[in-house]
Amino acid sequence: MWDYTDKVMEHFHNPRNQGKITEKKEGEEIVTGQVGSIACGDALKLHLKIDEETQTIKDARFQTFGCASAIASSSALTEMLKGRKVEEALKLTNKEIAESLGGLPEEKMHCSVMGQEALEAAIYTYKGIPLDTHEEDEGNLICRCFGITDTKIKRIIRENNLTTAEQVTNYVKAGGGCSSCLPDIDDLLYEVANEKEKSVEVATQVWQNNNPSPTPAESTTQTPRPLTNLQKITLIQKVIDEEIRPILAEDGGDMELFDVEGDVVKVILKGACSGCASSTETLKLAIEATLKEFVSPTLTVESV
Amino acid sequence: MQNTIYLDNNATTKIDEDVLAAMLPYLSIYYGNPSSMHTFGGQVGRSVRQARSQVASLLGAEDSEIVFTSCGTEGDNAAIIAALKAQPNKKHIITTEVEHPAILNLCRKLEKDGYTVTYLSVNNKGQIDFDELEASLTGNTAVVSVMYANNETGVIFPIEQIGQVVKEYGALFHVDAVQAVGKIPLNMKNSTIDLLTISGHKIHAPKGIGALYVRKGVRFRPLLIGGHQERGRRGGTENVAGIVALGKAAELAQQHLADIGREKILRDKLEQGILSTIPNTVINGDPVNRLPNTTNIGFKYIEGEAILLSLDQYGICASSGSACTSGSLEPSHVLRALGLPYSVLHGSIRFSLSRFTTETEIDRVLEVLPGIIDRLRELSPFNSDDADWLKEQEEAVLAR
Repeated sequence: MWDYTDKVMEHFHNPRNQGKITEKKEGEEIVTGQVGSIACGDALKLHLKIDEETQTIKDARFQTFGCASAIASSSALTEMLKGRKVEEALKLTNKEIAESLGGLPEEKMHCSVMGQEALEAAIYTYKGIPLDTHEEDEGNLICRCFGITDTKIKRIIRENNLTTAEQVTNYVKAGGGCSSCLPDIDDLLYEVANEKEKSVEVATQVWQNNNPSPTPAESTTQTPRPLTNLQKITLIQKVIDEEIRPILAEDGGDMELFDVEGDVVKVILKGACSGCASSTETLKLAIEATLKEFVSPTLTVESV
Repeated sequence: MQNTIYLDNNATTKIDEDVLAAMLPYLSIYYGNPSSMHTFGGQVGRSVRQARSQVASLLGAEDSEIVFTSCGTEGDNAAIIAALKAQPNKKHIITTEVEHPAILNLCRKLEKDGYTVTYLSVNNKGQIDFDELEASLTGNTAVVSVMYANNETGVIFPIEQIGQVVKEYGALFHVDAVQAVGKIPLNMKNSTIDLLTISGHKIHAPKGIGALYVRKGVRFRPLLIGGHQERGRRGGTENVAGIVALGKAAELAQQHLADIGREKILRDKLEQGILSTIPNTVINGDPVNRLPNTTNIGFKYIEGEAILLSLDQYGICASSGSACTSGSLEPSHVLRALGLPYSVLHGSIRFSLSRFTTETEIDRVLEVLPGIIDRLRELSPFNSDDADWLKEQEEAVLAR
């Protein structure tokens, strides 16, 4: 029998906010995020009511097909979401969901991941971002049994500091079917571990050693003539992927490029390191500093 | 504290009080070694002989055909390994997709060692296809291992019919009867079975004791090599208390076979009660050729662990083949082999009764179960078999 906390059992027996949202006032929007399937053995349909003006989640409800911890994770998630700003909600990690329940058995961590993914799906739907162009679907398929890509596996490895293939299976199910992809998962673990080592070097360079001369912008990446818009966006994306995200991942955080308007770079901040307002601001400035350095000194960063 | 309603007897059973009383002196007063050359040990040896007779009697076998083991898994392993060692030129094994892991995982290991294994498929009732069996048998087949009755669904295989075919090809026939013994009459006299496994804790004896029937004349090679115990067929000082307990349990099982019909009546009451009060519910497996104590019921659109933990609140013990309860991420290999739809697979619950099950207990389950299923279905986003989420989601994005 699983070693569930009292909190998990309490949420399972008395779930909060179950069901759909049917009523809304003017200026409110109802969106749904769905993950899992009946074949997988667990599925979650998360419904959010968002106040358009304040960008605040007014109500959150869930429908879950799954075990006790899946139901408890969904219930706890809805409680955490009510009253949150959409942008803040997007930063919620699976780790926080599990922690709010006093922890989950390792084999059940995928239930908390499901909660985080449904939330992301709902907010992406709200923002009108098609889910199939979302980062995770662009990766290479690693686990064919559960349809899981390398991008997703790497993100979960980073966010939860995972070190073994067994943990990866517990968190995202990958490798839990025919187990033929376990060697590939080992490779991904190795890759992420290397990334970390590399990012320590980069961090030392970028964050601490802020000597004005020679700046990386002058010495390496920046070309003398002004960049075209496309070149600029491509370069920004490259710097984000290669320089910034690995460092954020160190602390379980992540970000995504949302849009570029002139010199304003709009980004979506995610993950554990951006939990409070002050750290969000620090993070924003740090990203800005890196982009100024590597791409163009005129850039500013906005968190959307 | 509320009373436990134990409906998980295919997992393990309560030790019968008479069995416990019979074995206890061998854990205190009679601690002698049955092999010893003194009266103190010798009297223990007599008890072991008596237990062997009791087990042989339940199986319709001769005393010398019984080898005591530590559990069902040991019996299964010993039988297959013995069959292979006795026929070193034959490299093929036939079994079914729905066997216990004690057979399946052993076979997978043997495949790595160079043996070829055929896993017979089953139909949606859990029965094998005789054509497939015949087509698989060759002169190279060393052993065919088929369970008497399935632990999850209770489905009974037509063992003697299978045995007839197996014998035509000169292979040894092993039967895992761990679930069948004590629930249906077994008689090794005039049977086609060469090797048969039973386990104590499924018939109200304690855990840690089992037996393997080895037909007289079948060449046997021990798995555990050691002393001369069990006539050289299983080394190791005898688990005397366990053996005495298994003997007593076998004697009691034989007596209770006469009124096994009572268990069937209660099982049918439970089953019919559930089917008639809870919609979208199906019986998994063969409704006719089935153990009288077992029912495996699929509750569509909800997940097994959630049902079990809800039942647990009322002290009701059952089990599930859902992925979440097994600790693996795939639902039960038995239910998958039956080709059940996922909506049923994950929400399947097994209730298994024993001679200690009462009608009051069954009534209590029927009283609380509809509410449990209702509550979980209220929570579930599914209510039909063809929910296409991905499509819904795409539409939701396009609509914005």
